[in-house]
Amino acid sequence: MATPSVKGVVILDSADGSRMHAKYFAKSLRDQKAQLEFERSLFQKTRGQNARSEAEIVMLDNTVVVYRAGIDVIFYVCGEPDENELILTTILDAMYEALSGILRSHLEKRTLLDNLDLVLLTVDELVDGGLILETDPVAIANRVLMKGATGETPMNELTISQALQSARDQLAKSFRN
Amino acid sequence: MSEVNSFGGKDKDKVKAEDEDAIPSPFVGVEKSQVLQEAGAAFNDPQVVKLSPSKCCLLITKLLFLLSQGETFEGRDAETVFFAVTKLFQSQNTALRRMTYLFIKEVAESTDPENVIIVIQSLTKDMNSDVDLYRANAIRVLCKIIDASILGQIERYIKQALVDRNPLVSASALICGNQMAVDSDKREVVRRWVNEVQESVNSRAEMVQYHALALLYASKSHDRLAIGRIVQQYSKGSLNSPLAMCLLVRYTSKLLHEDMSATNSRAAYEFLENCLHHRHEMVIYEAARAMCRLPEAAPQDIMPAITVLQLFLSSPKPSLRFAAVRTLNEVAMKHPNAVTRCNEDMEGLIGDANKSIATLAITTLLKTGSEGGIDKLMKQIAGFMSDIGDEFKIVVVRAVRALCLKYPNKQRVMLNFLSNILREEGGFDFKKVIVDSILHLIEKIPQSKEAALFHLCEFIEDCEFNSLSAQILHVLGEMGPTTTHPAKFIRFIYNRVILENAHVRAAAVTALGKFGSQVEDLTESIIILLESSLQDDDDEVRDRATVSLSILKKVRDGEPTSKTVLVDPLPMSENALMRSLEIYQKRPAPGPLSFDALPVVEDALPARAEDGGDASGFDAGGADSGAGDLGGVSEPTPVPTREENYAEELLNMPEFANLGALFKSSRPEQLTESETEYLVTCVKHIFAEHVIFQFNVTNTIDDQLLKDVSVVMEDAENDAWAPIMTKSIDTLKYNVPAPVYVLMQRPEDSYQATFSVELQFKVLECDPKTGEAFDPDDEGAEEDYPVEDLELGTTDFIARVQINNFKSSWETVGKANEVLEKFELPQYKTLKEAITAVIDFLGLRACEGTDSIPHNADAHNVLLSGTFIGGAKVLARTAFSISPSGGSINLKIAVRSDDPAVPELVMECIQ
Repeated sequence: MATPSVKGVVILDSADGSRMHAKYFAKSLRDQKAQLEFERSLFQKTRGQNARSEAEIVMLDNTVVVYRAGIDVIFYVCGEPDENELILTTILDAMYEALSGILRSHLEKRTLLDNLDLVLLTVDELVDGGLILETDPVAIANRVLMKGATGETPMNELTISQALQSARDQLAKSFRN
Repeated sequence: MSEVNSFGGKDKDKVKAEDEDAIPSPFVGVEKSQVLQEAGAAFNDPQVVKLSPSKCCLLITKLLFLLSQGETFEGRDAETVFFAVTKLFQSQNTALRRMTYLFIKEVAESTDPENVIIVIQSLTKDMNSDVDLYRANAIRVLCKIIDASILGQIERYIKQALVDRNPLVSASALICGNQMAVDSDKREVVRRWVNEVQESVNSRAEMVQYHALALLYASKSHDRLAIGRIVQQYSKGSLNSPLAMCLLVRYTSKLLHEDMSATNSRAAYEFLENCLHHRHEMVIYEAARAMCRLPEAAPQDIMPAITVLQLFLSSPKPSLRFAAVRTLNEVAMKHPNAVTRCNEDMEGLIGDANKSIATLAITTLLKTGSEGGIDKLMKQIAGFMSDIGDEFKIVVVRAVRALCLKYPNKQRVMLNFLSNILREEGGFDFKKVIVDSILHLIEKIPQSKEAALFHLCEFIEDCEFNSLSAQILHVLGEMGPTTTHPAKFIRFIYNRVILENAHVRAAAVTALGKFGSQVEDLTESIIILLESSLQDDDDEVRDRATVSLSILKKVRDGEPTSKTVLVDPLPMSENALMRSLEIYQKRPAPGPLSFDALPVVEDALPARAEDGGDASGFDAGGADSGAGDLGGVSEPTPVPTREENYAEELLNMPEFANLGALFKSSRPEQLTESETEYLVTCVKHIFAEHVIFQFNVTNTIDDQLLKDVSVVMEDAENDAWAPIMTKSIDTLKYNVPAPVYVLMQRPEDSYQATFSVELQFKVLECDPKTGEAFDPDDEGAEEDYPVEDLELGTTDFIARVQINNFKSSWETVGKANEVLEKFELPQYKTLKEAITAVIDFLGLRACEGTDSIPHNADAHNVLLSGTFIGGAKVLARTAFSISPSGGSINLKIAVRSDDPAVPELVMECIQ
């Protein structure tokens, strides 16, 4: 067991189990047929569970899955069977909260679809190639919205020394101008 | 694709209808060809790219939506769309740039690398941009698309990025390093970054720390000492990222697993213990789990971990409860007593809304349960069983069975539990596992027999699965007649004859026959019952009834008869019987056909079940990967073994017509290296008084033709072992193997010999194309070609034959010829190695599945059986144990046989 990894991030419709978005990293789930089969049993196991406020958890096909429900969608983070369940939960919560923050609303399928680009980016800022990229929902949200891309890094992403450094840089810049 | 696109596709027809009440989602009815076309047109138009970035964003999102729904872009489509997307770098819109990055990453893998190269320049530019987010993203995209040579060119930028003051840029570069470190082409480059990586571990940014530590470890993974230093250095408390702490815990535990005795193991253990007080649950749990899994941990060593896990059991978070109960369940296998203190909390979890947690709690309780608490526990579980799915029930049933074997005095309670759930609703797998469990209990706990049989009787009254009914009827027939009131079973069995389909009726008829032949009082009544089955619609049922009746009538009238057909199990497996009969057919022994007259056929060795002793093997989600093959011994699929093929050739040769039946044939043994000019393998065919050595010779030189190929064998020590006939090969062409046979008569009471073997032949030059000799009159040059020595040993005269009931055979053979010895086997370190090797050089076969070794066992008994040439049974009971000092395996073995000479001979096989 080496670096914690994520096998996949999935968002399903909680009414019929159809896929809203899915991003798989594990080799065993590269194949489209295997994915759909996996999602089908995943939905079978988790439908109707109340997982609104806390992540729920289930074992399935040699995979640990943690999940949380939105209004009419369910968010899943899947990991190796031996993965630290709490790490997976942290990742799931980061996604859930980042999306809630970005969309400023309840997580509803329609809202998510209308902002699908942001949903895709959130997953991309969360996990890269199966490795955890970020678990702080605020940082994820800022990056998804490209905050600071036109100017400076948002202050809340800086440590104090960096903030001072950045202030110094700006001061120097203004002198040069 | 319709299923894939169910989201888009399903709504397609309804688009109009939805139009009226709400604006449809932009992805309703998205069409691949249309989006590709639109995207191509838009992205290639500089005006659109410049002025309408949001339109471009939407188009990219649609393309990505199609991908995520399982669509693929292939060939020309992929190329066109990829080129179009590269045009988007002209826009300075940040949101659009971000989507462009994402798109390139998503399609890079399925796009031709030649095409991907065109974006490298734009990305390299962004990697040096002032904008942190561009730098970070560009690196992440680049590392997915570059090969080792381009990596060399941009390496310096990545090295800068590794220590970038912006944590996102640094983390992005590090994560790329981690991904490239598993790629053998790029690994070397990544290892050169150690200094930068080391600097980043000291960053205060959590994700930077985390990825840097992972990369540092990956770069040094080949160097154990360096890893030791890393672990030591950072366990002093400089890390503030909980994820990095988890990594450190994993590295520490790996070191401890590799070498528990290392000098710093105490410090490593203390580090784990300190992590139990970390502020973050993730780290606490990681450390607790690592401690519980330490290979040689004593119960008191893991107590601190158990304490924190116990606290987690009452957490409001399901994932935390699950994690804790899963780990405790694992601990309960090794140290049930250590987990007992959590029992109260576990009981609380039986009602958990999350059924995985509830099931884990129950199985843990079943493992740790004390004898006194079982009644209460079973009551609690019974209430719970009705609200869980079959796959959970199966796990519970297996745990109950294990507990029952542990506390045989409580068998009544547990048997009642099993029979109650047997009557509940459930699928075949669930019912099967209960029936198997009950049968297993009958076998292991004899006092449960009568009650258990009645439970099974009640079950077949209302059982929808034919194979289970038939199995139970068979068991009733086997065991029922020897119970105190055999008559009680007759009603149940006869009901099946009246009410069931042919498959079950046939089984019931046979069962009745068994009662009738063994229980005198019942013979008369059963004859009456069976008479009605003579009119049955089904052939099989009528045949069985006829056979049973003819025997029963003789029994009733006191005439001599053999009850074998009805009562005794087959002395061999069905598969062995079939093959044995086939060989017998070729060369029937004189006299009437009986089991004793059949040639011995070795059972095909079952594929040795790897004991996947995975302690965490509990899969609350699927019984399919459940607790392994506890559900009963599955018969290996019959594979035709070598005897069949060899016996065929050999028995058709007139030269060997008078040797009697073949006893067994050995596996082919190589007598040459695989690259030599002439390849020789040998198969030993054993007959009652003779041995035929079959040398398969292959000529691997294409311009040579061999003539008069024969084999000379000599036993230096015992010239009684001498060939009485050699059947040579006339001509041996290139690459066409042919056999030389050497026949010997076995000297009396000799079972061992070592032969020097020499190939003799004449060499002729030949045309490699036709394989014909250049000169047909050429006599050829004589040549000798010695090959390796050939051994003949006692094992060759023992056939691996399985017997059906070891215990009764052991007692039948009796103590008279028993030999008991003890050995120390220092050459083996594990039970598994020792057992496999001993079975192999004894030439016996493990019975009753005793060769599967329980996980973590430090002692194991194996029952072995075989047949010695001449037909004497060989039975061995072996007890293997790891010697208390470790480092060697002790073996105690008792061998019995019908033949007084055999046990000694067998003992000599152990080296």
